[in-house]
Amino acid sequence: MSDALIKYIDTPHPVTGVTNSKLGMWLFLATEVMLFGGLFSAYIILRSGDPTWPHGSQFLDINLATINTMVLITSSVTMVMSWASLMMKSLSKFRLYMGVTIILSFVFLVIKYFEYSHKIHLGYLPKTHNFFGIYFTLTGLHGLHIIGGIFVNLYFLITSGKAWREAPTTFTGRIEAAGLYWHFVDLVWIFLFPALYLL
Amino acid sequence: MSHEHDSHHGHELSFIQKYVFSVDHKVIGIQYGITALTFLFFGFVLMMLMRWQLAYPDQPMPIVGSLFPNGMPNGLMTGDFYNELGAMHGTIMIFLGVVPLGVGAFGNYLVPLQVGAPDMAFPKMNAASYWTYLTGGLIMFSSFFLAEGGAAQSGWTSYPPLSVMAGQGQTFWLFGMVMLITSSLLGSVNIIVTIVQLRVPGLSFFKLPFHVWAQFVTSFLLLLAFPPLEAAGVLQLMDRLAGTSFFLPSGLVMGESVMDVAGGGNVVLYQHLFWFLAHPEVYVLILPAIGLITEIIATNTRKPLYGYKTIIYAAIFLGFMSFLVWAHHMFMTGMGTVMSDFFQVTTMIISVPSVVILTVLIITLWGGSIRYNVPMCFALAFLPMFAIGGLTGLPLGLSASDIYLHDTYYVIGHFHYVVAPGTLFALFAAVYHWYPKAVGRKMSSFWGKVHFWGSLISINFVFFPMLLQGITHLNRRMYNYPLTGEGTTLWDIYPHSASIQYLNEVISIAAWVLGAFQLVFIFNFFLSIKFGKKVNDNPWEATTLEWATPTPPPHGNFLTEPTVYRGPYEYSVPGEKEDFSPQHIEPKPA
Repeated sequence: MSDALIKYIDTPHPVTGVTNSKLGMWLFLATEVMLFGGLFSAYIILRSGDPTWPHGSQFLDINLATINTMVLITSSVTMVMSWASLMMKSLSKFRLYMGVTIILSFVFLVIKYFEYSHKIHLGYLPKTHNFFGIYFTLTGLHGLHIIGGIFVNLYFLITSGKAWREAPTTFTGRIEAAGLYWHFVDLVWIFLFPALYLL
Repeated sequence: MSHEHDSHHGHELSFIQKYVFSVDHKVIGIQYGITALTFLFFGFVLMMLMRWQLAYPDQPMPIVGSLFPNGMPNGLMTGDFYNELGAMHGTIMIFLGVVPLGVGAFGNYLVPLQVGAPDMAFPKMNAASYWTYLTGGLIMFSSFFLAEGGAAQSGWTSYPPLSVMAGQGQTFWLFGMVMLITSSLLGSVNIIVTIVQLRVPGLSFFKLPFHVWAQFVTSFLLLLAFPPLEAAGVLQLMDRLAGTSFFLPSGLVMGESVMDVAGGGNVVLYQHLFWFLAHPEVYVLILPAIGLITEIIATNTRKPLYGYKTIIYAAIFLGFMSFLVWAHHMFMTGMGTVMSDFFQVTTMIISVPSVVILTVLIITLWGGSIRYNVPMCFALAFLPMFAIGGLTGLPLGLSASDIYLHDTYYVIGHFHYVVAPGTLFALFAAVYHWYPKAVGRKMSSFWGKVHFWGSLISINFVFFPMLLQGITHLNRRMYNYPLTGEGTTLWDIYPHSASIQYLNEVISIAAWVLGAFQLVFIFNFFLSIKFGKKVNDNPWEATTLEWATPTPPPHGNFLTEPTVYRGPYEYSVPGEKEDFSPQHIEPKPA
């Protein structure tokens, strides 16, 4: 493929110090910051303009959300470990840590599912009040990011044998970029948790 | 990057891989270009239909009217159909036409060539960007065929609450827009990484052609301004599909009854999110165009650009300031005088770098030995046209005069001067200028000049009268004004505008003439592929790297990786044999 001609796929650019994919991932994360920034701004404006806005803790389950926060932070740690395993040339450890990351992502989604179904059971729908509207929109969009991350990580886990054998440096770079994304998704939750549940 | 490698490729790729699902930036650029030009023409046709209704209100449209049994029963245009045409004209021209042509086509085709790269940094992502764009465009296009309600009809701005109550077409609009945003983000990430990482040895940032700088700044605008619109789109989708009321205030009345929504939303919030994109979007439209014009003017005046660093700093400052002016579109929302003051000051400030850029280009002409070929004609026409567009914007940026001019034809005239005879003329210039590189033949110069003069004259008859109509305060969204018959007519509401009613007919006829002259361009474009004059690798005797490739450039672009020794605009260097010194040719030691 024409990829072969393009420079700085595996080796960092001597001036910028990063590979193409890492720079690309940072730029992509900049767009994500603007996307969630826009939504958070909307949240602030809606909340400050509505005297009937409730405190999150009145309706949302802080315990479940705290567990979920722990789950996500742990998954971020295992994601780093999976990348570090590749740096230490251990494919089997990579598979272990990547597997744990994916399992933890599913745990997050399952807990989220129980939260959602409980709300819906009680009749708290997006249309009930803008508080629930913004709650479902923000956490839903965050959930979509989690699902996207699961697909990417699963793909890397399944194809890891071949990718590691054929191009270890490229593969390590991809895991690093995927890790950046995963930490960002984690970080968004760190903002969502206090903004929606605690305040 | 050898011959061997290229020929090896030729065997490997089937026709479909090479020309349809290609990952080559040049093929993708051409795909973008042809798709965007098609959408531009389609958007123009929508406008030509609207102009019939404005010139001959409530008279049946001959022949064409019978093609639209729903929108034009008995050839008479309904108000809803007029609104569909208006909303989709704006959306298609901006998001499916001009931006994909400026950034998608020329950004893709020229940026890797001008930085000396073999391709974009992420070729597959580049292809994904094009196919996402096409899908988004087709989703928007298909909404015309919806049984219930047709296409979106809430204006290209899609302000709530109107857009939240509107028919299914608006949902299609939102899904299409999300696709277009995704496509733009993929494209802009690609362009930035290519410029930062893949410049050839010797090509420092201050040796880049200004076009590359313009695309660089533009990509940052797309990158940072589009996601808030995506946020607004997501919230509006939730309002439409999940019944939230992010943009619906309490006690909203629709059809004589209070709407059954929770309320508590904020209408102006949408406008803030929308204009946070849509003002930088104006510079997304204009910056690539200015970049292309700069290349053409420097080449055809045979002298260096006057103030190369000045124009770069102006572009960067312009990009930065464009994030701080958005609410000058919202002086009428009652957001308060303090906010208005802030945004009118920033708006006056942003006009400074625009004037700097224009001044640099005009002074570049001074003392040059100008070649009046077709691209240069378009480039020269761009300067005064863009100046009219820019200067007519000043009264709109000041909150006091904007209160009078807001929502009149003056606004339409103003921004069309920026985008149509401004940006689009620049893009036409670029098509004529780089066509020989992509095809290996020149477009016909005679028919190019017919296209140029016809377009220049008729386009001014389209937009200048609009400025006059707007000054008499003719509202931009009125679709009919029956002069005879019963009931209140528009001229009872706007008696002061009655005297300029005849201009509607002038504008409409000029618009149809303008459309006819574009057919000249279309024929010239396609026939020149076969019958154009054959050219060598550097027909305009230009200095930048794209002219150092074979014609058309093969997969991988350069036969050997070039090294850059000079700035981008070394024309008529004293002591050199020729009046142009390409960037990749080493200067002889003195």
